[in-house]
Amino acid sequence: MSRGWHNWDPRYLKLAYLALGVGAVAYPFLANTYWIDVANFFGIYVLLGLSLNIIVGYVGLFNLGQAAFYAVGAYSTAILNTAFHIPVLWLLPLSGLLAALMGYLISRPILHLRGDYLCIVTIGFGEIMRITLNNNPFGLTGGPNGIMGIARPEILGFRLFQPHHYYYFIWLIVLLTVIALKRLENSRIGRAWHYIREDELAAAAMGIDVNRMKLLAFMLGAGLAGVAGNIYATKMTVIAPESFSFWESVVMFTIVVLGGPGSIPGVVVGTLCMVVLPELFREFAKARMLVFGLAMILMMIFRPEGLWPARRYREEIRSAKEELPAGQKPETLSGA
Amino acid sequence: MAMLAVENLHVSYGHVHALKGITFELKEGEILALLGANGAGKSTTLRAISGLVAPRAGRILFAGKDLGKVPAHEIVRMGVAHAPEGRRVFATLTVEENLILGGYSRGRDRKGLEETRRQVYELFPRLYERRRQLAGTLSGGEQQMLSIGRALMAAPRLLLLDEPSLGLAPLLVREIFQTIKEINARGVTILLVEQNARAALRLAHRGVVLEAGRMVLAGSARELLGDERVKKAYLGEK
Repeated sequence: MSRGWHNWDPRYLKLAYLALGVGAVAYPFLANTYWIDVANFFGIYVLLGLSLNIIVGYVGLFNLGQAAFYAVGAYSTAILNTAFHIPVLWLLPLSGLLAALMGYLISRPILHLRGDYLCIVTIGFGEIMRITLNNNPFGLTGGPNGIMGIARPEILGFRLFQPHHYYYFIWLIVLLTVIALKRLENSRIGRAWHYIREDELAAAAMGIDVNRMKLLAFMLGAGLAGVAGNIYATKMTVIAPESFSFWESVVMFTIVVLGGPGSIPGVVVGTLCMVVLPELFREFAKARMLVFGLAMILMMIFRPEGLWPARRYREEIRSAKEELPAGQKPETLSGA
Repeated sequence: MAMLAVENLHVSYGHVHALKGITFELKEGEILALLGANGAGKSTTLRAISGLVAPRAGRILFAGKDLGKVPAHEIVRMGVAHAPEGRRVFATLTVEENLILGGYSRGRDRKGLEETRRQVYELFPRLYERRRQLAGTLSGGEQQMLSIGRALMAAPRLLLLDEPSLGLAPLLVREIFQTIKEINARGVTILLVEQNARAALRLAHRGVVLEAGRMVLAGSARELLGDERVKKAYLGEK
């Protein structure tokens, strides 16, 4: 056990974090507006990836309808702001709560489904959400045109509207989210999720309330996506159903799987690949899907655990060789 | 009053009627062996008791309380721990982390948990030696020890053991059974499911024989060991 970034001398690690922090703060002074905006979307998708990572990565529930919760957050912000003029910053927690409520309502009846079945239901839910938004129920969502004129957030009288304002705002929220999730990972809840992912039946037999824990994961994941939706809505000031299509759910899912399920740095790396890299290769836009498909196939062959896997996954693959005392071969287990 | 009373228990998996009316009792401090061939319903009985499958009919009373509608995690809290078939240890966690998980239901009782962990290591010194090793790299026998130790971490009054001898070398089986006896001597009531009928009956006070979801025999371990039908069907004697 002598490899991996987490085994570096802590001094180097601190230096690396410091350099990263300074770089992140200085970035808007060095980049042009276009690249600041890329970084903003990078941040929003990191949030979305983190939100889905709770459901897919921590607990292992397949969810291909995450865009629906993103939409709930964005539309509740848009509707409540344009109709009732509630400041959008107040709506940040509120849209998170509403999305979490939706997460509860949706997951409650389908939690007993497993794997691919759950996946299919979540796809269906995502599509229902998109079609509903498109059909302008009660004149609330504006149909295919969406909602325009969403206000900008104001913090103590300071109005955020420039890309670099948003840059600091978004990445501050990303930072807070990462700190909170880190703590959650090591809490009783985080451990319970981990056990459920490994072996649901054994977890239940150990006294873990499996359904409650799954429900909690769905609510937190949905809530965080709702928060991202709020940010997106205020940043764009215009939202429409097409921004919350099935493709968005696929992107989020790919971010989690590509980076390494259950891994926060994995989500960041995954988002880098899915959101930022395509910007670098704009010239190849036509071949994008081709390159993307090829990359996926290569990943599956050479790095199935993800680009930056959670510590557990890495151990699982390497431990058999490393953890045994010298001279002892791993034993083959019957029925294990 | 019996610690555990199973009354006319029926369980179905879809259309398969796995248990067709089982009735038995377990007194405090006892070891009861549940015997039978593959598919007789032994594991299903344990799963019904620990709340992992829902009974279709009948009652399960633990210390006088009906477990029928109680969810699995609450049952653990009431003092019933289950070491499931196939061990099901968490391969990617270390031995110690597996044990910590076993005490999950006891919340933040740090002192009590530490004390129980010490006792588990005392029962299974091998686990102590390997406490930092990942459970997936343990041998079959060690995994079985871990599975039992993990169940003990919940500080159960009733321990459900599902085929602890499965896939183990004869010498290890003896060691495990010796430890089960020791656990029982420390005051834990045990319901033991086994295919190894001879070893189980030597250890248990009483036995119950299941066949295709029904009870066919029940009695003291000594009686069962001497019974012609048991000898023929399960002990391999003529």
